[in-house]
Amino acid sequence: MPDATAGPQWAHDLYKTLRKHDVTQFAYVPDAGHRVLIDLSLADPEVHSVALTTEEEGVALLAGADLGGARGVLLMQSSGTGNCANFFSLISGGRFPFVTFISMRGEFGEGNPWQMGMGKAVQPILEAMHFRVLRAEHDHEVVPTAEAALTMAYKGGEALAVLLTQKLIGAKAFQ
Amino acid sequence: MSTDNSPRFELDRADAVPAIVGNHEDFLIVTGLAGTSKEFGHLTRDGDHLFSMAGAMGGACMVALGLALARPDRKVLVATGDGELLMNVGALATIAVHNPPNLSILCVDNGHYGETGYQRSHTSLGVDLERIAQGAGIKATRTVQSEEQIAEGARVLRESNATSFVLLRVKPTDPPTFKRDMNAAACRVRFRHALR
Repeated sequence: MPDATAGPQWAHDLYKTLRKHDVTQFAYVPDAGHRVLIDLSLADPEVHSVALTTEEEGVALLAGADLGGARGVLLMQSSGTGNCANFFSLISGGRFPFVTFISMRGEFGEGNPWQMGMGKAVQPILEAMHFRVLRAEHDHEVVPTAEAALTMAYKGGEALAVLLTQKLIGAKAFQ
Repeated sequence: MSTDNSPRFELDRADAVPAIVGNHEDFLIVTGLAGTSKEFGHLTRDGDHLFSMAGAMGGACMVALGLALARPDRKVLVATGDGELLMNVGALATIAVHNPPNLSILCVDNGHYGETGYQRSHTSLGVDLERIAQGAGIKATRTVQSEEQIAEGARVLRESNATSFVLLRVKPTDPPTFKRDMNAAACRVRFRHALR
């Protein structure tokens, strides 16, 4: 079992930021880029840590959470964005506030050709489905970008995606 | 024959669905698209305790899970069709792992895609969604396909101390209709305000 206390400091700070904003549902398909957030949510008795079989389940889950007055985030890899596209019509049509953190592959320094398609398609898909897209490329950008996204979603009523870029996470971490 | 478990699509949904649900106001209700959305629009007169989908096919059960986790003080019923459930059947696995006791799943199975012209679905070609639910790990499951099984199905939906799943097999006939609000944003606001 990996130690949840390991990993980059920004991931721990990001978890604290999400909890400060009353996020209580963490939905994810297991992913190396989100490992610390996932482990922290599993260890937190005050949140629901929901492992999905496919990413679009998380889109629907968070719409339901909002109907019940709760807040959640979807943690997924860039490839999952493609699985979600149709379900994003629930978010845009229903004007649900929504935040997803997407760990990127298929971009800066990627060596796996299978990741390239979605690496290029993530942002166009999100924007076509009326999401605003923010990017974090350096450690010190993560928390301010998350703060901005959470405020724009939960106060501003928008759908936001924060891309945790490969420059931030590192292409080699996945090898 | 009471021991015959072979699939029978004989019940009339117009009678069987209201009978198995009972007082719909006891639940917060999520429906899938097409048949069940029309049916529950009719049953509740498009009530403010209803959020029904008209797209995002395959999403109904997970919307209900998010709602059930957010509101453990309320009973949540998701009613959806065989086609809608088949599109994202992995949701049953995700739900079973969490097993919220306040969540009940009613699959109104007519063995067909009624909305698109009554093409046969997998469930009239051998697929058994109750067994899939069991295999996913949902412990309280029933199949209801005759009048005398309705009371037991209703009891499981209401009284189970775990997430329940009832497969209600019905004839492939049109659901009752009701002109419900198709604006998902308006329905979201309506639902949230009613829950305050």
